[in-house]
Amino acid sequence: MQKNSNILSRIDWVTVMLWAVMMIMGWLNIYAAVYNENHTSIFDLSQRYGKQLLWIVAAIVLAVFVIVTDNKLYFFFAWFIYGFFILLLLLVLVVGKEINGARAWFEIGPFSIQPSEFAKFATGLALASFLNSRRQVNEFKVMAPATAIIIAPVILIALQPDMGSVVTYFAFFIVLFREGMSIYVFISVILAVVLFLLTLIFGTVPVALGIIAVSFIVLAIVSGYLTTLKALGVMAVTGGVSFLAGHYLLGLETGFIIVLAIVLAGAVFGWYTYRHKLKNPAVIYAFLLCGLLYLFTVDYAFHEILKPHQQDRINIMMGLDEDPYGEGYNLNQSLISVGSGGFTGKGYLNGTQTKFKFVPEQSTDFIFCTVGEEWGFLGSTVVIGLFVWLLIRLVVLAERQRTIFIRAYGYGVFALFLVHFFVNIGMTIGVMPVIGIPLPFFSYGGSSLWGFTILLFVFIRLDAGRTEYLG
Amino acid sequence: MKDRYANRKYILIALVLVAAAILISRLFYIQIVDKTYRVSAANNALRPITQYPARGLIYDRNGKLIVYNQAAYDLLVIPFQTSSFDTARFNEILGINMRDFRGRMKAAIKYSRRAPSVFMKMISSETYGALQEELYKFPGFYVQARTLRKYTRPVGAHLLGYVGEVDDKLISRDKYYRSGDYIGTSGIEKSYEEQLRGRKGVNILLVDVHNNVKGSYAGGRYDTTSIPGVNLWSTIDLDLQQYGEKLMRNKTGSIVAIEPSTGEILALVSSPSYNPSLLVGRVRSDNFARLQADTVKPLFDRALMASYPPGSTFKIMNGLIGLQEGVIRSSTLFGCNNGYHAGSITVGCHSHSSPNDLPHAVMMSCNAWFCNAFRYILENKNYSAIGEAFDHWRDYLVAFGFGNKLGIDLPNELAGNIPTRSYYDRYYGKDRWKALTVISLAIGQGEIGATPLQMANMAAVIANRGSFFIPHVVKKIGDKGAPSSLYTQKYITGISLQNFEPLIEGMEWAVNGGPGATARGARLDSIIICGKTGTAQNPHGKDHAIFVAFAPKDNPQIAIAVYVENAGFGSTFAAPIASLMIEEYLTGRIKRKYLEDYVFNLVIKPDAKE
Ligand SMILES: [Zn+2]
Repeated sequence: MQKNSNILSRIDWVTVMLWAVMMIMGWLNIYAAVYNENHTSIFDLSQRYGKQLLWIVAAIVLAVFVIVTDNKLYFFFAWFIYGFFILLLLLVLVVGKEINGARAWFEIGPFSIQPSEFAKFATGLALASFLNSRRQVNEFKVMAPATAIIIAPVILIALQPDMGSVVTYFAFFIVLFREGMSIYVFISVILAVVLFLLTLIFGTVPVALGIIAVSFIVLAIVSGYLTTLKALGVMAVTGGVSFLAGHYLLGLETGFIIVLAIVLAGAVFGWYTYRHKLKNPAVIYAFLLCGLLYLFTVDYAFHEILKPHQQDRINIMMGLDEDPYGEGYNLNQSLISVGSGGFTGKGYLNGTQTKFKFVPEQSTDFIFCTVGEEWGFLGSTVVIGLFVWLLIRLVVLAERQRTIFIRAYGYGVFALFLVHFFVNIGMTIGVMPVIGIPLPFFSYGGSSLWGFTILLFVFIRLDAGRTEYLG
Repeated sequence: MKDRYANRKYILIALVLVAAAILISRLFYIQIVDKTYRVSAANNALRPITQYPARGLIYDRNGKLIVYNQAAYDLLVIPFQTSSFDTARFNEILGINMRDFRGRMKAAIKYSRRAPSVFMKMISSETYGALQEELYKFPGFYVQARTLRKYTRPVGAHLLGYVGEVDDKLISRDKYYRSGDYIGTSGIEKSYEEQLRGRKGVNILLVDVHNNVKGSYAGGRYDTTSIPGVNLWSTIDLDLQQYGEKLMRNKTGSIVAIEPSTGEILALVSSPSYNPSLLVGRVRSDNFARLQADTVKPLFDRALMASYPPGSTFKIMNGLIGLQEGVIRSSTLFGCNNGYHAGSITVGCHSHSSPNDLPHAVMMSCNAWFCNAFRYILENKNYSAIGEAFDHWRDYLVAFGFGNKLGIDLPNELAGNIPTRSYYDRYYGKDRWKALTVISLAIGQGEIGATPLQMANMAAVIANRGSFFIPHVVKKIGDKGAPSSLYTQKYITGISLQNFEPLIEGMEWAVNGGPGATARGARLDSIIICGKTGTAQNPHGKDHAIFVAFAPKDNPQIAIAVYVENAGFGSTFAAPIASLMIEEYLTGRIKRKYLEDYVFNLVIKPDAKE
């Protein structure tokens, strides 16, 4: 086999090196997070660092296995692999084991495996395979099935419910964007996600008022202060009328009153803009109205359609409720941990917060606490730098592909790593809501480590054999 | 290959750089700019002190306190902060020996050197006082305040339930709880756990190497205050509850008393019982094991969890259903020749005058009369087959709350059992059974089971002449609170008002009537009690006595069911107990001291055989 003999020379060793370095750093931090003077052997399998070592060895075996397989396999079996994992996601809802309120795990002997971590790789393959045969991603008949490929696993994972994983699947829209999705649709999707997250943090009404405020600022910039003042006047009148009528006469909720005021204002102001042939205010108004309707639909869906216990479970998954010591306990504790690290950190194994078991999930979702506390700002920046390096490297590799299939798959890998990286570290330091998703190669856990390793190495393998594919 | 969108890679690279910039600037702010996170000296340590809120108090319906809290203290240790100290003095204060000390220390170290663990649970206020004065000598040790339950009277153990420590299973399921937390494990403590527990808080303290607290970390910015639990007002009349438990002493069984107009439970007695203080604090686990091993099962709540065949008390139901279905009338006469005889089937009866109408049949508890009536119900010509008639009969019972959990606000309620048509179809073959096959249902025997709670609810329905509220034990949650809306909804049973009158008349006569009356033991001069006796067949020994009643006849204030296991006929022991309960509740004092003494001194061994 000629191509296998020189495969080693065509592998992108920079990516492999980044992977190895992150995995080792991750392990060192897990060791610190669960470090206990009584168990010092690193091979102690009763401890998480011992187990993680085992997962790492297995991940290396997996990586080698992926490299030696024929790269055409992934192209021809993309749909088969996708179907297989959709089936597993269905199966886990039936026979899965419930851990922390989510039926997301298969229990095989002493091990628990989370199929949603592997389904990401399958979804990336299927999406890439689909896009490979299409030229115009911009068209609805391409966009709709592509969205369906992404949404199918999302629905199944939402039923578990594992909201953290659900959020990460939205990363695949980055792939569609790169392959030609309308920039307006892309911005809408990003806005939808941002609004959703903001609603989770601040509640519906403050976010609605925020959207209105932003609309007026944009209006002032685009159409000048005179139009803005008129619009404000109209808004004040309709707002006042809606509030008086809605609150005192009809007893409506604040959300309804806001929508009512905006619709009334639109009716009055719409006539004005029509007469004066003003285009910008109309566009801004359309965005405002859509934004508000989206907001209240999400809110309604959450509160009215979901049953209370489902709401509770989502709240718990989001870390919004059942917070034992008051609002944002986890977040406060992880902020203290990271913040107390200072510039250079407290030194390896010297973190006090880490040792107090203050932060729950410290070795899984909150592993970055340990980095921040023991390695300080310097260490944190190095870790972030490594991720930036990896992500840009993935863009470079994806861009040098000659087939849409490999490129789209590469961007899928890129997008997932980007979302995990930003959301995970972001939640640890309080710029994101607490969504329980792992930090790739750092967080404790076999499923996530193997899932990310397969994801990455399939791309490395495809890249190494890129000349064998013809676009 | 043409690629019109190749430039978009720059947008994506920009996205990565923006994300990294957001994270790094935030890190720069919290790690370098903002000094509040910094722990000032290297030797200072942070110590999280959980603020355990006081559990909500429980009052009775008249505002008498039933359950309150007493202070208790847990002694915690962070092993790596300890240094050599006077262990002899330390052990002396705590009243432990060196071996005990080493064992506890070893367990703490095994958990973690750096995280706090409980060295000794629930030390008394006195020990705490002594320890507090010298705590500075024992670095690494500190005390955390807890509360324990205390009871004003040693009653209501089953009703109130107890508070235990959370287990690992629950901790993994519910993130509120941490190892060592308390949780309501049974009774009101369990069903109202969320209201009673309040919300924990945490104080993060800075402590120096000498075990001195230097103040709050970051000026208390990360502290949260605890919120005390909500107080509950129970529907229970504490005096009546205590009196009921006293009456049931040395007997096995239960009493359930309900205020018919509201569904509020006035007393919920299960005997044998135990002093609720036995399951508090350090003695809890030992006592629990002892109570669990006890052969008379004092932990078992018979009022909600024991299902018995209702016996003759069930004749009331068949009377009501017969009238409502129009197959009998109050004046319908049936004869009784020492029982009911049809073909090979005989249901015996005691000797009494014959024939009788419905009120007299209730008064004398005639088996023959109700066998005839039951046959009329199942052989109703309006229905195509016996199965259909049976379904209608069963629907009435379900409307009364039989065969399903009533939905009381206490855990572990039993549903009881009313057989279904398909049960008999399976057993005898489809439509291969007749009224005579299931004739024992006429007199409340056979495959039928009801809890004392369900029987008391039946008495309440009769007192209300056709409707009820789901029985409940909490009437107010918090100062201004109301009961759950579940308990303010009126349920209609579908039996017309006028159909209750003949049965109530019969129940009145059973207690107050002349010759042949079956429940004269329940008679009270001043108040008209309406009641019905029953006997639950017991295959394991002597039958159980049952009595259901309500009083006064007009505008009833109390409905009651009394069960005395292994006591034989219902009239003998259950009726006087119900009568005394009614007298106590309605008049507030007992005139019939002789009867009271008779019941107090009565001892019925649970294992008595025929
Ligand atoms: Zn008779």
